[in-house]
Amino acid sequence: MSAIQPNVQQQQPVSEEMELVRRAKRGDDSAFEELVRRYDRNVFRIAQHITQNREDAEDVVQDAFLKAYGNLAQFQEQSKFYTWLVRIAVNEALMRLRRRRPERTVSLDEDVKTEDDSLPREVADWSPNPEQMYNQSELRDILTRTIQGLPPGFRTVFVLRDVEGLSTEETAQALELSIPAVKSRLLRARLQLRERLSRFFQKRQNGGGEKSSGDGDQ
Amino acid sequence: MKCTEFLNELTNYLDGVIDDRTKSELEDHLAWCHNCYVVCDTTRKTIEIYRNQELYELPDDLRGRLQTAIMSKCTAHKKSGPEKV
Repeated sequence: MSAIQPNVQQQQPVSEEMELVRRAKRGDDSAFEELVRRYDRNVFRIAQHITQNREDAEDVVQDAFLKAYGNLAQFQEQSKFYTWLVRIAVNEALMRLRRRRPERTVSLDEDVKTEDDSLPREVADWSPNPEQMYNQSELRDILTRTIQGLPPGFRTVFVLRDVEGLSTEETAQALELSIPAVKSRLLRARLQLRERLSRFFQKRQNGGGEKSSGDGDQ
Repeated sequence: MKCTEFLNELTNYLDGVIDDRTKSELEDHLAWCHNCYVVCDTTRKTIEIYRNQELYELPDDLRGRLQTAIMSKCTAHKKSGPEKV
C-alpha cells in the first residue's frame, strides 16, 4: 500500500503569501481581503466541524478574521499565516462550543483517558467503494453524523490534519499540542471513524438495509 | 510484529513517515494478517472519503455576505482604533 498524499488545496508559496501579510500589516486592506478570500472556506469548514452549528460557524469566520486583522502586528511570521489563523479560529470555535454546552467541559484534552475505544472490532472490508454505493446526499449524511460523534479534541485534529491537509507540525502549532499528542489523537480519531463507518458500510454490503437507522452513537 | 504494534505505527505508515526497515516489517505483517490489512485499507478509505466529500462547503451567497461583513468591520476597526477588537 502506498502512503496517502497530503491534501494541498490551501498550500500556497509561503513567500508570496507573506508578501500579502506584510502589505496588510502596512495597511493595505485589499491584501487582507485577498487573505480572507483565500482561507474563508477553510475557516468555515473547520468552525462548523468543531461547533456543529451553522450560525456559530458564520460568527467564527467573522470573528477569527477580525481578530487576525486587529492583531496582525503581533504575527511574528514564524509560522504560515494560515496556521496562525487556524489557531485563532479553533479557539473562537471552542469558545462557542463551550457556551452552547456549559454542562460539559470542552477542551482539546478531554476524552484522552480511555485506552481501548479505538481498538478495531469491525474488520470486514468495504467493497464496493462506499462512494459508489450511496448517493452523495446519503453519504454526506452518514459522514456528518459519524464525525459529529467524535469528541471535539479528536475531530479537530482529524479535520486539521486529514481534511484541511495541515502537517503534523502545523496541527501541533495551531492547537498548541505536542507532536506526539497530535499523532496519538489522529490515530485514535482515524480508527474510531473507521470503526463507526464500518457499521454502515458493512451492513449495506451484507444486504442489511440499515443505512438509515443511525449508528447508535449520537 | 504483533497487531497492536502494527496499529501503533498505522498513522505513520499511512502518512509515509516511517523508515524503510519499519515499513518492511509492517508490510510483512500485512501480508499474512488479514484483519490488519482490512483495518489499514478501510482506515485509508475513511481518510480519502472525508477528504473527497468536502463536508460543509461555504455557499457562494453566504460567502459573499461574510466577506462584505468582515471587510466592513475591519474598516470600522481601523477608523476607531485597535482597542475596539
